[in-house]
Amino acid sequence: MSTILVLIDHETGATKKISKQILTAARGLADDVHAAMFGPGAPDAAAALGAFGASTVHVWDDPAVTEYVTEPQVRALEAAMDASGADVVLFPSDPFVTDVAARTAVRRGAGVITDAVDLTRDGDSLVATKAIFGGDMISRCAVADGVPALIGIKANAFTAEETPDAQPAGVNQLDVTLDEAARRAQVVEVVEQSSGDRPEMTEASIIAAGGRGLGDAEGFALIEQLADALGGAVGASRAATDAGWYPHQHQIGQTGKTVAPQLYIGSGISGAIQHRAGMQTSQLIVAINKDGDAPIFSIADFGVVGDLHKVIPPLIEEIAKRKS
Amino acid sequence: MRIICPVKRVPDTAATKHVDPDDHTVDRDRSDPVLNANDEWAIEEALRIAERTPGTEIIALCMGPDAAQTTIRKALSYGLDGAIQITDPALSGSDAAATARVLAAALAGEDFDLIIMGNQSSDARTMLVPAMLAEYLGIPALTYVKDLQVDGRTFTAQRETAGGHVVVRAEGPVVVSVVEAINEPRYPNFKGIMAAKKKPLDQRDLAAAGVDAGEVGFEGSRTRVLDISPRPPKQAGRTVDDDGSGQVGAVALADWLVEQKII
Repeated sequence: MSTILVLIDHETGATKKISKQILTAARGLADDVHAAMFGPGAPDAAAALGAFGASTVHVWDDPAVTEYVTEPQVRALEAAMDASGADVVLFPSDPFVTDVAARTAVRRGAGVITDAVDLTRDGDSLVATKAIFGGDMISRCAVADGVPALIGIKANAFTAEETPDAQPAGVNQLDVTLDEAARRAQVVEVVEQSSGDRPEMTEASIIAAGGRGLGDAEGFALIEQLADALGGAVGASRAATDAGWYPHQHQIGQTGKTVAPQLYIGSGISGAIQHRAGMQTSQLIVAINKDGDAPIFSIADFGVVGDLHKVIPPLIEEIAKRKS
Repeated sequence: MRIICPVKRVPDTAATKHVDPDDHTVDRDRSDPVLNANDEWAIEEALRIAERTPGTEIIALCMGPDAAQTTIRKALSYGLDGAIQITDPALSGSDAAATARVLAAALAGEDFDLIIMGNQSSDARTMLVPAMLAEYLGIPALTYVKDLQVDGRTFTAQRETAGGHVVVRAEGPVVVSVVEAINEPRYPNFKGIMAAKKKPLDQRDLAAAGVDAGEVGFEGSRTRVLDISPRPPKQAGRTVDDDGSGQVGAVALADWLVEQKII
């Protein structure tokens, strides 16, 4: 396995943490690591990916990347696969990027694996480890021999480390032909609500989550303060998003997002099986709940049986004290 | 308008899963199979479009064994007009791409304006099938949708992002995958449940769907499972009873966070 191509996720040139983690992992699995970076900001940011071990970065910043949905990036990823000669592509297991991988796989006859939390080399092929059935089971899987492999990596599966022998990466401007079919789904408007400096939930190493026990939407101010004290993101149970207390994209569980941060703190969340299916593979689990019989305590590494409204304010103070 | 609702039969999240040690598949009959929850939002959205658009027909599409008929009847009980089922022993072991391939083949001779489905299934959760299905059919896809507007054959959707949404638009036929925030699904009523038993179910095998058996199942899938095992059960850790003031719990938890090198 000579070359691995890493599809980079970024915000106008600011490379996301998960992509640095994937580059780091790729270094240990291939002789040569290439990267693919599309959209505005990519050409200027590309050379810096050498710090994480990319030798060559294939870039394409045509406005079509942001003007149309998914398909321009599919065409560009195909061009990057051709240019790099890589038969393994690693991508962040983010919903929108997964769409790019899904279409590319069909066009290339490739096999796709999503949400890998570990990746090892077995002869010529890569073996991915992933949780299935809401974390009840662990599966080891691989892409069939003789076809390209597209493997999605979950955030925080690997630690990002700069390479000791870093050199600026070579930058290759891709020549991408965009057919009319790639322009069928257009982006009309981008609506973003600012969540301050808080990290994205699916990328965060710490998540403070709130549920029914918060009592109302105002209760989430407390969860936000706790998240901010720890530099983490905010999550919510289905009961809380269904009640309209917090936006749905923060919902953790069977019908929402699956997260596996270094630390998950659930406050006022009983821990129904549907919620656990979205967070039980977290490395450390903390529960704050006034019902000592709540099922979440059975999987918690540390539990506080108490009123979250009483516990969280002094907890924020204690965290600040210990940090200083 | 003609709408297709792909539906999946999945093990209940709370059920114990029994895995075949030889082929690594889950024994779905022994795992309380249910209709995938996210597909219910897709069905609800299809019903709402039909209520606004006279003459709309909604067809469920399911790949699965004979026993999946209970799932199909459940989908029909919401008030859908009929169903297509692709069932064949050779389908066992199909991965996401093989599944999308079969669903696309089943629709080859069908007229439709919209394919609407859940963004993920609760068992595998790969989120791959909607985009793969669109690619096989050569049509656009609007995925992770929390709001859908239909104007003639123009579909305008809000795609959920980490910090808000993106408004996207495409002309039909189009694949739309939905997230939970899109609506509050209704419950099937008695009339719907009774009527579901008499709705037309068009069962086809692989040959009828025009798919070669070598393209699907274990043999045709481009991913393979090497092994599958229960995750080691997590042990409950330390628990501290707060005294009602909040201080006891807060101090103990902060100490523990230091111990764990979080702070």
